[in-house]
Amino acid sequence: MSRRVAIGVLDDEANLLQLTRAAREAGLKIVDVFTPYAVHGLDEAMGLRPSRLPWICFFAAISTAGLKLYFEYWATGISWPLNIGGKPWNSLPAFVPVTFEMMVLVAGLTTMFAFLVLARLRPGKRPKVHFPNTTDDRFVLVVQDAESRFDAARMRRLFEGYGVVEFREQVEEI
Amino acid sequence: MADLAAPLQTPLITGDRKPGDVTRDICHALEGRATPLWWAGFFVAFACLMIGAVSLTYEIATGIGTWGENRTVGWAFDITNFVFWIGIGHAGTLISAILFLLRQRWRTSVNRAAEAMTIFAVMCAGIFPIIHTGRPWMAYWLLPYPNTRGSIWPNFRSPLIWDCYAVSTYFTISLVFWYLGLIPDLATIRDYLRGGIRRGLASVLSLGWNGSFRTWHRYESVYLMLAGLATPLVLSVHTIVSWDFATSVMPGWHATIFPPYFVAGAIFSGMAMVLTLLLVARKTMHLENYITIRHVDVMCKLLILTSGIVGIAYATEFFTALYSTNPFEEFVFLNRAFGPFGWAYGIMVSCNVLVPQLLWFRKVRQNLWSVFVISVLVNLGMWFERFVIIVSSLHRDYLPSSWASYRPTPIEVGILIGSFGLFFTLFLIFCRFLPVVAMAEVKGVLHIGREKKRPRAPSGASLEPGEGAETSLTGAHRGGEA
Repeated sequence: MSRRVAIGVLDDEANLLQLTRAAREAGLKIVDVFTPYAVHGLDEAMGLRPSRLPWICFFAAISTAGLKLYFEYWATGISWPLNIGGKPWNSLPAFVPVTFEMMVLVAGLTTMFAFLVLARLRPGKRPKVHFPNTTDDRFVLVVQDAESRFDAARMRRLFEGYGVVEFREQVEEI
Repeated sequence: MADLAAPLQTPLITGDRKPGDVTRDICHALEGRATPLWWAGFFVAFACLMIGAVSLTYEIATGIGTWGENRTVGWAFDITNFVFWIGIGHAGTLISAILFLLRQRWRTSVNRAAEAMTIFAVMCAGIFPIIHTGRPWMAYWLLPYPNTRGSIWPNFRSPLIWDCYAVSTYFTISLVFWYLGLIPDLATIRDYLRGGIRRGLASVLSLGWNGSFRTWHRYESVYLMLAGLATPLVLSVHTIVSWDFATSVMPGWHATIFPPYFVAGAIFSGMAMVLTLLLVARKTMHLENYITIRHVDVMCKLLILTSGIVGIAYATEFFTALYSTNPFEEFVFLNRAFGPFGWAYGIMVSCNVLVPQLLWFRKVRQNLWSVFVISVLVNLGMWFERFVIIVSSLHRDYLPSSWASYRPTPIEVGILIGSFGLFFTLFLIFCRFLPVVAMAEVKGVLHIGREKKRPRAPSGASLEPGEGAETSLTGAHRGGEA
């Protein structure tokens, strides 16, 4: 399958934010925006939903803490109870530090791996770029319109109003 | 009005750098050959590392009898070094996680180097408890794995086990956090460099990052999660280290003040190490536009704050001991200040409490030489703080017949030198292979304190006039436009 997209290259953050918003208001679909850094407010301009990763982090943390606490209780109280200084088999307060450390470890690693999976990042992957320098100093907006009314001239007019340094349209495989 | 308000917001990054300039300034250090100065530093650091490797090999082959420790002073150099190094790491996490949650934008210039420092410091720290076990080849017994001895499990009530968990979690999470921050910059290196080993490494490790904002959006979420996890983690690590002491019944150790006292001390010593490293990196790598006088100034203020907390802790400890009417507590503290190790106590108080008071003066904070000297003295003082806590509390215990003294052997000194060698060797390699300033983060704060640049007047038909809300998205951070 292929799609036809319009690509605008900008060199300024403020223009990018305005153009992204204007493009959405004009009924264009934002395919993606490529930026050298995390532009503040662009998620809102693109209409992105909040990420679900905090939920993954939360559930990883809760389940690890529960399992680890149970393991400590089982290891010291059931599997091999040892009398250490007359302390109770179930020394709950003393189990908290290790539970906390495991919770942080597993929640952190799970969130990181979930991010890599969701964002489809993997070692050695060849980056897909529409325009070079998006990791340097260029902002690139890629939009799509309904195939029947792809009007490049109209888009060019819209884009050039916001000072794009380069505009082009292309058909790309997806 | 603008003139009056202008000094409140001085630019974070000076020299009118643009995003493209940031890429070139930082990536430039990765191109070409290393300077003779770098080689000189590397040679010295590597020589120290080799001294450490030889001492360590001899110690492991022979046993911990090669150390000066005895029946009375059972913890000495090794645990001092462990607490010292793990404390150094804490400032890196403070800068990368806590200041991120507090929205301190100046952290962007220093967080990469500070996090690298954390990782290398924790690596140095990790050596000491492992060799302190005496049989480091059995260190894995600390982990709860099903074994043929029962299975017998580690004692989860012991602070020494907590330490094992805390330090290994701290190292792993710091590494993950650091790598996450590096991914966008590795992509920049991949696209900037023409070829060579650095580009090869960067293209594998940048994971195909292309600057897609959908990825950035998730990335920011993960960054926030990790910062939120690392913040309580860093507080827990030194708290647990302090519990190694506080849960014992030794006078001088058995004190409830230990956790906050240790955490503040850790951040204090770490901030001093960040300053020591960055003042050198700033000069030798020409980062004057990125690590400005203002950055140094803010870190100096953090140094005064934590020095104050540490000073109050010293006073509180002493007061509590004298006020307790417990003769053992009283004795330990009087002996600490005026006994055979009184000289170490003197170094500790003067370097950690008296010398940093000079930083109240703006002139001192803005003179980089004086800041450098003070930061080195604080490092020295904080090493002696741990030495005082450990050795002076132990060497004269409850039973006068078992009193002893302690003197480090050349092997112990060699291992300490080796840990410094490891730290600086890794840091110098880091400076040559990875960007020392987080480019992607700095590019986002370039506008702070600059004169507001109006976006080109939009002539697009679909934008209504007077829609100024967009510009205030970034304008909100720029003060002085009342």
